[in-house]
Amino acid sequence: MADTAADATNHPAGDDPSRRDFIHIAAITAAVGGVAAVAWPFIDQMNPAADTMALASVEYDLTKLEPGQQVVINWQGKPLFIRYRTEAQIAAAVKDDNVSLRDPQTDAERHKDGKAQWLVLVGSCTHLGCVPTVGGGDYGGWFCPCHGSHYDTSGRIRKGPAPKNLAVPEYAFLSDTKVKIG
Amino acid sequence: MSGHSTYEPKTGFTRWLDARLPILRLGHDSFVDYPTPRNLNYWWTFGGILSLCLAVQIVTGIVLAMHYTPSAAAAFTSVEHIMRDVNYGWLLRYMHANGASMFFIAVYIHMLRGVYYGSYKAPREVLWILGCVIYLLMMATAFMGYVLPWGQMSFHGAVVITSLFSAFPVVGEAITTLLWGAFAVDEPTLKRFFSLHYLLPFMIAGVVILHVWALHVVGQNNPTGVDPKSKADTLPFTPYATVKDAFGMSVFLILFATLVFYMPDALGHADNYVPANPLVTPAHIVPEWYFLPFYAILRALPDKLMGVLAMFGAIACIFALPWLDTSKVKSMRYRPQARAYFLIFLVVCIILGFCGAKLPSDQVIPGLVTVPVFGDDLNSFVWLSRLATAYYFAYFLVVMPLLGLTEKPLPVPETISSPVLGDADKKD
Repeated sequence: MADTAADATNHPAGDDPSRRDFIHIAAITAAVGGVAAVAWPFIDQMNPAADTMALASVEYDLTKLEPGQQVVINWQGKPLFIRYRTEAQIAAAVKDDNVSLRDPQTDAERHKDGKAQWLVLVGSCTHLGCVPTVGGGDYGGWFCPCHGSHYDTSGRIRKGPAPKNLAVPEYAFLSDTKVKIG
Repeated sequence: MSGHSTYEPKTGFTRWLDARLPILRLGHDSFVDYPTPRNLNYWWTFGGILSLCLAVQIVTGIVLAMHYTPSAAAAFTSVEHIMRDVNYGWLLRYMHANGASMFFIAVYIHMLRGVYYGSYKAPREVLWILGCVIYLLMMATAFMGYVLPWGQMSFHGAVVITSLFSAFPVVGEAITTLLWGAFAVDEPTLKRFFSLHYLLPFMIAGVVILHVWALHVVGQNNPTGVDPKSKADTLPFTPYATVKDAFGMSVFLILFATLVFYMPDALGHADNYVPANPLVTPAHIVPEWYFLPFYAILRALPDKLMGVLAMFGAIACIFALPWLDTSKVKSMRYRPQARAYFLIFLVVCIILGFCGAKLPSDQVIPGLVTVPVFGDDLNSFVWLSRLATAYYFAYFLVVMPLLGLTEKPLPVPETISSPVLGDADKKD
């Protein structure tokens, strides 16, 4: 018995254990690679489709707004705020440039040069994506009714659970009265 | 547990079948001759009630899917079509919508039963975890189902819940875009939610089979927490448990029918009869009642990521329960201190539910302004939910491990039958 048991562990010439290990590792690697290659299409199909990606930009005519007004338009399925700020609202935002902010930014960084009256922001609360209401909250900017985040007149987060300022999308002024977002 | 089979096929056909596929034997051994502890009370009927709930949801759901259109443009109108035009559509939809609430009522009772009587303790850890998996799948299914009518609450509920994942650093944005299939909750989101809402109940059914399997391996717990030791401790499943379960189900169905026929929208939200509008969030957005305690925990913390982690952590605690409780005695019937902490836990869960339904800044005692602490007035629901959240976690992470080591339990009976049949020479 002892002899046969010893024999069983003795590899015949040419059956090198490291070669066998190599075959196992190579086969498992190939299988894992294959599974990953097949899995990826099933995961990536969940990402935005080409037609969704194509609907990336929107234009807006600013003459429709009076000072103090805000319009909410649909951009990539998200609400987009375009706010025509009054002098007082701009002044309030600039005044708070140097207070301690959760997501520090000056008001000038949040609008285009020389266009301080126009604020273009993604209207999704940076907490959990609700649409904040204009003019509410402790700072006169926006107030999110879902979980109580307060934004100032520059769209900066001042109080509540949201971690970031309201996002500024990529946009450009096509003329003094027309803006293109995205 | 079940020992060897007592099934004897009586006809030629059943003998023939038994030699080829012993399915009748399996049924007989699992639901007829299966020994159940003789002292099971009505809290033990909720397992059967839950399988009934799952069956009701699957049957009504499959029928509703025949009339429903999963598209952002047509979903809301197709639900109204079900409500107004489809024969008995109103009944099927109200059964399905209220069935979800009844399902959660039953599952919460079932889980709390497990906590009270220590049903998660060795050797039932896997049984408990499978139950937790079912609960998790139920929450996912219910959430996605609530999105399908594409009303205001559906839409913005979906926004809030999917945005939870954006709290994770670095990968958060990529995850939410992947979940949405767009840059916001939109058409692709609705379509995949419909697909998954159809799939998950069958996954639940699969895990239920594992759950029942695990149950039949280790055997049922019972109000004493003492394992059956002899035949005197057990009764056959049929007729004893079958009839008791059937009675429990009947009472449950009466409550269910009351909801469906007399107050079908009592647990819903009026805003969900407004078609989804991505540009306006309802002023007061709340989840369905069965998620309110977790929603309160989410909002209790002022930091986004911490809030999300606390909410997931609250569920993780339930999973870890078998290893958090150090007590050697299973049933709280013999643990007076544990019972007191459990009752407080129960009240705290209900308080968290109330907090979840209120705005964080609402006052608990109307008109009373107290001192602000960390920017929020002490007399606000956000502070009440903070205190309740603290107890919730303390119950799992402090009370459960420590109490098991420090408390002195009452004497536990030797067998299940001894407290019933009397035991003259009991030691203490």
